[in-house]
Amino acid sequence: MASWIPLAGLIVLVALVIAQLAVPSSRAWVWKVAAGLGTLELAALLYFGLVWAPPEAFMSDVGRILYVHVPHVWACLVAFTINVACAIAYLMKKSWRTDALAEASAEIGVYFGAIGVLMGSIWARPTWGVWWDWDPRLISTTVMLLAYVGYLAFRSFTEDPERRAAWSAAAAILGYVSLPIVWFSVRWWNSLHQVQSTGSTVDKPMRAVLYWGNVTFLTFLLAFIIKRYELARARQSSALELPPVQAPKTEVAV
Amino acid sequence: MKPETRNRLIALGAILVAGSALAWIAFGNIGENLVYYWKPSEMVAQGQKAYGATVRLGGVVVPGSVLFNTEHTALTFQVADSHKGDAVKVTVKSEQTPPQMFREGIGVVVEGAFSADQVFRTNRLMVNHSNEYRAPTDGGMPDEAWKNSLTKAE
Repeated sequence: MASWIPLAGLIVLVALVIAQLAVPSSRAWVWKVAAGLGTLELAALLYFGLVWAPPEAFMSDVGRILYVHVPHVWACLVAFTINVACAIAYLMKKSWRTDALAEASAEIGVYFGAIGVLMGSIWARPTWGVWWDWDPRLISTTVMLLAYVGYLAFRSFTEDPERRAAWSAAAAILGYVSLPIVWFSVRWWNSLHQVQSTGSTVDKPMRAVLYWGNVTFLTFLLAFIIKRYELARARQSSALELPPVQAPKTEVAV
Repeated sequence: MKPETRNRLIALGAILVAGSALAWIAFGNIGENLVYYWKPSEMVAQGQKAYGATVRLGGVVVPGSVLFNTEHTALTFQVADSHKGDAVKVTVKSEQTPPQMFREGIGVVVEGAFSADQVFRTNRLMVNHSNEYRAPTDGGMPDEAWKNSLTKAE
């Protein structure tokens, strides 16, 4: 895979995001294009990751899980960043759209994060020798995912949409603290998990496949968030149009 | 208070709390209290305090120090802070089957206890992979090296 191919994929993805945000008439088909494109990109990733890329010098074929583990966690971090941006935007200017997008991005982020951790565990067994250990990266990632599960639980327990939107936005800002901790955990503390790779620590063909994996799962992230956003909007409109709940007028016999 | 003002105050409060929490973790001394593993030099510097407690020791396997017993059931090797010649070294004994990645020169984290005879006995040996991903050089296929190491171990 030539190194410009992932960049081309990224440009297509950015174009889809712009179309979704700026061109209302495109909203009927952007998610379909993203889902279809993601499926094709995934098929290509299977070929490039499993066949085309060389095995890793120490880890052999096991090292190929890099191409899906890292992109899943990346998609998770991007989703949580969208979530906190929407939370701040909501508190600055009340909008049911940003509230719905916050909900959608948090839930999809938890999905990608959980799958990423699961893949990390599968990778850890043959390389580290253990499925799990309480190292700083694994602890902080667990705390982060639990924080967002708590955020989603808070949203589903709160009945009043105004209160839910405002206070869950505050929770989202607090929860986002876990992101830099996850990112820097491997640098601030001794850890079993390796530090972030840079362009120079990954051989060229492997780097191209890793970037392709990132583009693939970010494309899925777009499709999933759009669908989850539409669901959140539908729920909002049904909730906001409901007549206020009346307490049943029953006398309590003493 | 108008709802808009209230929401902006919530935002301000949340950002302040989040920012100070992050600053406290990043720049406070929390890192000194959270230690995932000791390096050999840090453990040896503890002196007698390090004896007996269950701790993790992390470093690199000293090349040429890996010895299996004749039945291949026990393993002795040295862990050093780094690959420098004068780095502090600690002898580690393990009766666990090491992970496939275990080899001379690679990073390890071992869980166990250090004792007065200057031996660290572990029952949990983990291999620490670096952030480097390289294609095999000199035409050697890693698969073959793996198969060889497996057949030797059995």
